[in-house]
Amino acid sequence: METFLAVQEPLAASGVAEYGWLLIALPLFGAAVLLLGGRRTNAWGHLLGCATVIAAFVYGLALFLSMTGLPADERVRELHLFDWIPVNALNVEFGLRIDPLSMVFVLLITGVGALIHIYSVGYMSHDQAGRTGAENTERRRFFAYLNLFVGAMLVLVLGNSFVTLYLGWEGVGLASYLLIAFWQHRPAAATAAKKAFLMNRVGDVGLALAIFLMFAELGTTQYTEVFARAGEMPTGVLLAIALLLLLGACGKSGQFPLQAWLPDAMEGPTPVSALIHAATMVTAGVYLIARSNPIYNLTEDGRLVVTIIGALTLLIGAIIGCAYDDIKKVLAYSTVSQIGYMVLAVGLGPAGYALGIFHLLTHGFFKAGLFLGAGSVMHGMNDEVNMRRFGGLAKHMPITFVTFGLGYLALIGFPFLSGYFSKDEIVAAAFAQEGWRGWVFGGAAALGAALTAFYMTRLMLMTFFGEKRWKGQKSADGREYHPHESPASMTVPMIVLAFGSVFGGVLLYSGDRLLGWLEPSLGAVAHPEGGALPHSVIPFLVVGLSAVGVLLAWLLVGRRPVPATAPAQVSFPVRAARADLYGNALNETLFARPGTWLTRALVYVDNRGVDGLVNGIAALLGGSSGRLRRAQTGFVRSYALSILGGAVLLTAALLVVRFT
Amino acid sequence: MSGSVLLLALLFLPLLGALVVAFLRSDDRVAKGAALGFSIAELALVVAAWAAYDPAGDRIQLGSSAEWIPRFGVHFAVGVDGIALVMIALIGILVPIVIGGSWNDRLPEERTAAGFYSLILLMQALMVGVFAATDVLLFYVLFEAVLVPMYFLIGRFGGARRQYAAVKFFLYSLLGGLIMLASVIGVYVVSGNQLGSGTFDWETLVATVSTADTSTQIWLFLGFFIAFAIKAPLVPLHTWLPDAGAEAPIGVGVLLVGVLDKIGTYGFLRYCLPMFPDASRELAPLVLVLAVAGVIYGALLAVGQDDMKRFVSYTSVAHFGFIALGVFAFTSQAQAGAVLYMVNHGIATGMLFLVVGMVIARGGSRNISDYGGLAKLTPVLAGMFVVAGLASLALPGTNSFVSEFLVLIGAFPTQPVFTVIAAVGMVLAALYVLWVYQRVMQGPLRGNAVLGLAGGPGAAGDPSSEGLAARLASKVPDLSRRELAVLAPLVALVLFLGVYPQPVLDVITPSVDATLTELGVTDPVQEGN
Repeated sequence: METFLAVQEPLAASGVAEYGWLLIALPLFGAAVLLLGGRRTNAWGHLLGCATVIAAFVYGLALFLSMTGLPADERVRELHLFDWIPVNALNVEFGLRIDPLSMVFVLLITGVGALIHIYSVGYMSHDQAGRTGAENTERRRFFAYLNLFVGAMLVLVLGNSFVTLYLGWEGVGLASYLLIAFWQHRPAAATAAKKAFLMNRVGDVGLALAIFLMFAELGTTQYTEVFARAGEMPTGVLLAIALLLLLGACGKSGQFPLQAWLPDAMEGPTPVSALIHAATMVTAGVYLIARSNPIYNLTEDGRLVVTIIGALTLLIGAIIGCAYDDIKKVLAYSTVSQIGYMVLAVGLGPAGYALGIFHLLTHGFFKAGLFLGAGSVMHGMNDEVNMRRFGGLAKHMPITFVTFGLGYLALIGFPFLSGYFSKDEIVAAAFAQEGWRGWVFGGAAALGAALTAFYMTRLMLMTFFGEKRWKGQKSADGREYHPHESPASMTVPMIVLAFGSVFGGVLLYSGDRLLGWLEPSLGAVAHPEGGALPHSVIPFLVVGLSAVGVLLAWLLVGRRPVPATAPAQVSFPVRAARADLYGNALNETLFARPGTWLTRALVYVDNRGVDGLVNGIAALLGGSSGRLRRAQTGFVRSYALSILGGAVLLTAALLVVRFT
Repeated sequence: MSGSVLLLALLFLPLLGALVVAFLRSDDRVAKGAALGFSIAELALVVAAWAAYDPAGDRIQLGSSAEWIPRFGVHFAVGVDGIALVMIALIGILVPIVIGGSWNDRLPEERTAAGFYSLILLMQALMVGVFAATDVLLFYVLFEAVLVPMYFLIGRFGGARRQYAAVKFFLYSLLGGLIMLASVIGVYVVSGNQLGSGTFDWETLVATVSTADTSTQIWLFLGFFIAFAIKAPLVPLHTWLPDAGAEAPIGVGVLLVGVLDKIGTYGFLRYCLPMFPDASRELAPLVLVLAVAGVIYGALLAVGQDDMKRFVSYTSVAHFGFIALGVFAFTSQAQAGAVLYMVNHGIATGMLFLVVGMVIARGGSRNISDYGGLAKLTPVLAGMFVVAGLASLALPGTNSFVSEFLVLIGAFPTQPVFTVIAAVGMVLAALYVLWVYQRVMQGPLRGNAVLGLAGGPGAAGDPSSEGLAARLASKVPDLSRRELAVLAPLVALVLFLGVYPQPVLDVITPSVDATLTELGVTDPVQEGN
């Protein structure tokens, strides 16, 4: 069995870190004021919403700087706040773990979160009825939910036990639900929100069961103790925990087989898609697996399953992304696919945990930027999302075009932009696996790169280049299209994120800055010898494959005019991809329809059957079934006998069990 | 005030209130006000009792006893342990809320507020008595006596099929009680055989009956168990609850599901486990089957309901399954979770019942299919629906999460299979809550009840238009101050107990530990394991 550098034991928080609870309290305070204050806060609610997150970011930065001043082995800190659920041997603490891994997330969440809050001030300035200012109740509610999300997400990454993680985990699920259903008079939005919550709950049950197993085996759910004593658990239990945690990760991060909710979640306002369904919440699954590295280190089979899920999902997402015409859905499937990369990475174990987090960060920049760009396009195009209605927008919205273009280049891995570093590292680590694994996982990751380049180039070409297909057309609400650039409150966050997309990779990568920083939380990055392909050829391979993808997209979309309506006569693969590779149909057939049928049958049985059965037994005992049937209106004898019948039935059952 | 006086005051103050209010027939407002005053005074006594109770102290505290029927050794004996105390506290909190929540209810013809609120206070007194009784015969008498005010509250003040529902409720409970009476006499006889003279004293019975041979225990256990399983209610004895819950006035429904049904689960803990430990251990697997069946079955039925009040009742069937799982998993975490669940369910489901009642008060229909898109008109009511719903599906951060989590994590070490099945109920809970919310609150304005207020379904035109919303806005007002005042304490409790349940757990845990000791089991997961 290989041994890995264990994660560091925590020390008590001191100095700036003693006020770590402020990180969570600030955005939650904002949410509380906006929700309880009601209409009175309409006029200034958005400002408070921005202020709390910016304040959290500033404090987070101070905390980060104070941590850099510490030696590496003193950077893992715990802050005990209070006992949350104490019953005898079980003591769930409410406490924070402030360490390099959680700090990275704090900065990502509050940093990108602050930018998106600022962007939303402009984006949400009109409500659905066109009201602005103090009349606009919608914006205040929006900022309340966004603040709630930031608070819950910070609980998720800062909690020091699996139960506090679970608190944040379902908390962000709630915020996601509320924000997907933000325009709740739209049936599609309400349905999408419910679907997201339900599919997440399936994953949450997995996470909950993993926690139950930890308690049964170790008597604790605190990270420190679970990690220190993970080795005491039998192999089978470790594997079970690893798989159950993975189930939770699949739900939250839109991984196969629980990916279907994420594209539907695009029903929410675009800033939500950027913050929650691209940059932060959906990456929580990656955080969970990376955080649980002491468990995954001990179960190679568990890691293998994680890798398989990641590889499978990155391909599924990329393939479906090629087929959609809805700009947000393409980006959503791109997110599914990119998180697939991250999951693949953390499945590689010590060789990949930090790489997964690295890609998570760069993806946080460029995908948030891409979504904000898409929102800016929609803002200027009467909320149109169909790319077949776009075309030639580059001239009309130059800032959006440039920032979006930089995000695009970062995503497809253009040399020396951020995605180039983080994705190449994952492809290389996948190829470095022994035997068939190297070829399979490396191959999947490399193929995914080509597909990514294809669908993103297609999106760019259809949106910003070519014919102006919107000319003379009207949007669904009957208005003509007058594309225009968005206000500064929206473009400035896009510009900042574009900077991150361009330089984030090189800044974090050079001198092992990020990977070394994460060592106290994730252990040292392993560099396995041998494998399918050496590291040195990977950049050429990935850039070459991406170029092929770009070229193909140009040949198919850029060279010839784009039909304004999607062609109906298409080959089977395209049809399958347009139907989400039949994921929804499968869910419908396996769960939704039988479930509906079952509940209907049970309601019938309960109204007639259970009462009837009990009545029937009573009739047998009483020998007066004819009268009983007439006695449905509730008379003494009927019920007397029916209860007696039920009691006899129960007693008989209990005795049969006992005496056999 | 010494502890025992406090408990007696807790018993007799609502009784006095019931008497006083009963005579205030001439003016409904005075009757309501007096009832509210008594209930708030009772709540103050609850706070005092909570302060007087020492979690680290004796098994039974604040006790007092007087001879009642000396010939049979019957005493009027009361006292509380932590479990009884939290239940009495729950009643104390819910009754003023129920009175406030029922304030504007239209009473049926020829019924006065005096009658209604007098019965509510009478029920409060009897329920406090049920939880406080330490004499088994006294418990039995009060157990049956509670049925009387409840029968009249449903049968006189309920919905269209109130007679049917009231009789069904009454007979199910009464006959359960009669079966229990046989066992009450049985334990008296057993104690007589062992001690020379029979007793109904709970502590003595625990010490003596628990040593009886297993088959005697099983027969006696069954008598108590069936009565409690009807009350709790466990599948398949649950069919009275949806009818009673649907026909009862909202406030009465809150007390019925929130407190009265807990007598069943409380009975498991107080009587079945300590008096018949061998039988309890023997029969636990079967009870667990019923419990888990209830979790899944109740949830599936809740999904399929169209009547909102029946919907709430079926969610309770599912929740009672969780409680029974916690009680019969025999670990301190699961059992403390079950007791906390009893409190939290009263708060969360009580709130859900009240919110549903506020929807019905606006639309005049109990059917989900008569509504749609209400959130546009009543955003605050919709928000309250969300809070109550989230507490009902046990979202972390709400009170119910702590109890459901404790039940499941505590049950897992001893009953992994049942726990895993029950965990599926977590997904179903999300489904039933969110689906009802979607149909009632989300989407465009629709449904007969909503459009009817705008002048009939035909008058709708474009149902999503702002015009329709504007026309309806005056007819469907958002929450009034009274309604907000009724819900606000519940919201506060949902959040406070979700974040800081420790004060309640500290009271519950020692009593649960004592129960498990009487049962003769120890936790599989020990500290420092």
